[in-house]
Amino acid sequence: MAAEIHTTAPTISENAAESTFQEVDDRDRAIPAIEFRNVVLAFDDRVVLNKLSFKVMKGETKIILGGSGGGKSTIIKLVLGLLKPDEGQVLVDGVDITNYSEQQMMRVRKNIGMVFQEGALFDSLSVYDNVAYRLHEQGVPEDEVEPEVRRMLRFVNLEDAIDKMPIELSGGMRRRVGIARALVGDPKIVLFDEPTAGLDPPTARTICELAMKLRDLEDVSSIFVTHEMNNVQYICSEYAVVDEDGKVIFEREGERLCLTNSKVMMMREGKIIFSGTDEALRRSEDQYIQRFLRGH
Amino acid sequence: MNFATRALLELQETTLLAARAFGGVFKRPRYIPETIAQMDAIGVGSLTIIILTGFFTGGVLTVQTFPTLKAYGAQSQTGYLVAVSLVRELGPVLCALMVTGRVGSAISAELGSMVVSQQIDAMRALGTDPIRKLVAPRLFALLVSLPLLTVLADVLGIFGGWVTAVALYSVSSSVFLSAVRDAITTDDLIGGIVKPIVFSLIIGTIACRQGLSTEGGTVGVGRSTTRAVVMASIIVIIADYFLAKALQVILGTQ
Ligand SMILES: Nc1ncnc2c1ncn2[C@@H]1O[C@H](COP(=O)(O)OP(=O)(O)O)[C@@H](O)[C@H]1O
Ligand SMILES: [Mg+2]
Repeated sequence: MAAEIHTTAPTISENAAESTFQEVDDRDRAIPAIEFRNVVLAFDDRVVLNKLSFKVMKGETKIILGGSGGGKSTIIKLVLGLLKPDEGQVLVDGVDITNYSEQQMMRVRKNIGMVFQEGALFDSLSVYDNVAYRLHEQGVPEDEVEPEVRRMLRFVNLEDAIDKMPIELSGGMRRRVGIARALVGDPKIVLFDEPTAGLDPPTARTICELAMKLRDLEDVSSIFVTHEMNNVQYICSEYAVVDEDGKVIFEREGERLCLTNSKVMMMREGKIIFSGTDEALRRSEDQYIQRFLRGH
Repeated sequence: MNFATRALLELQETTLLAARAFGGVFKRPRYIPETIAQMDAIGVGSLTIIILTGFFTGGVLTVQTFPTLKAYGAQSQTGYLVAVSLVRELGPVLCALMVTGRVGSAISAELGSMVVSQQIDAMRALGTDPIRKLVAPRLFALLVSLPLLTVLADVLGIFGGWVTAVALYSVSSSVFLSAVRDAITTDDLIGGIVKPIVFSLIIGTIACRQGLSTEGGTVGVGRSTTRAVVMASIIVIIADYFLAKALQVILGTQ
């Protein structure tokens, strides 16, 4: 993910965008970016995930819907190895990470970006140091860190906030700094935990657009946890392209192509009650899903 | 789980935490700036309270013991009593308790709020081991600071005792000081350093462990902070008892 995200060098981005929509035969792409096999997890006596199995393919965005306490954040923590399953396996890029030690997990986490529910910024560090965190930890020289931090902040449209402290930021800005921090190092997998919760609609839309840009221009695989139906609407029916001037624009599916790289999964009490496209979700006759969609 | 099981489990977790913190000391990346910042916060930041505590404790020792000693005609031994009480007991223990209150609570509250705001998870997700980045620098800073603070408290306590004896009770300065010199033995000095080293480990590991195991939002932060201070204070006092006895046996001064 380089400067082409925003302005110049549209060629690379266009290629990435095309490859996302192609049916790719490449054997490597047939390996899911994330796979859960019969994962069971309980806190004390409470079973939070009950024999959960699903896959997120390369370049795919998996939207996870579900009420609070359904185990959505828990899924994301399992992918990162922040929690370990009681039973079953978690695979990242085809590799079983279930029994990885914390040290082995550190290597896996290098390729995963994580956007936390409330941003989870380090409040003792400035925006700059937050975004630069991974690079500072790796001992990257400061003259390489700064351009990278600026590039990431430009991606989330927050270059002005570079010297602010987290406490000075609004909720939406914190989330975006969190996204910038997660994207340093160009991870191929990005996990979003309710990135739009509690934000006003235009800011929420901006965050969905960031997720779409990652999916369509950077070939990133992601899990996007949300309980806002309009997020689903955006992500499943629009896509990002780079126009002739090198600007990123969003088009609706239909005229030129049909989006197949975004899937929806609905959770309820630790089980998957629906998995498929957003159209199929809308057609579902399940009472709970209908209530969830209508909001009453 | 009953109380004994829970206590054993807690002991195991706390020990493991300390072991992991020290296990990483020689690996890269080393968090030297963090350690220095912690020494500043813990050591330099505690100077004022330690100076005040030391000075007035020494002073009050003179106030309380001088009349008794005088009744036996032993007022020339005031310096002896002040010095022995301070160096053997009050210096290390009071310092440890003050540092528990000021530093232990701060560590536990800071780590606790980092847990509940998911900053610890974020740190791990970004490839950092929080034990090495957060726990080890704090433990190490305590390990260096507490013995130094204790020595400072001892010195200021003797100074406070001297000021009080000379100013309020007209003890001759040279009498007081020569009694102090008679009082302090090498064994006392060894004990005076060993104790704060042990106490610093107790305070640091308990505060870090309680902070990192915070659960249940902001209320949980309060709970774990209280628990850290209470546990550390009590264990410091209990450990002091056993250390005093152990040192006597080891140094052969019983
Ligand atoms: N560390 C934990 N200890 C005990 N219970 C937990 C813990 N983390 C999550 N839970 C429980 O697991 C359930 C699922 O949590 P979570 O994955 O955060 O739900 P969601 O993100 O879908 O709202 C909740 O009922 C929560 O109370
Ligand atoms: Mg959640």
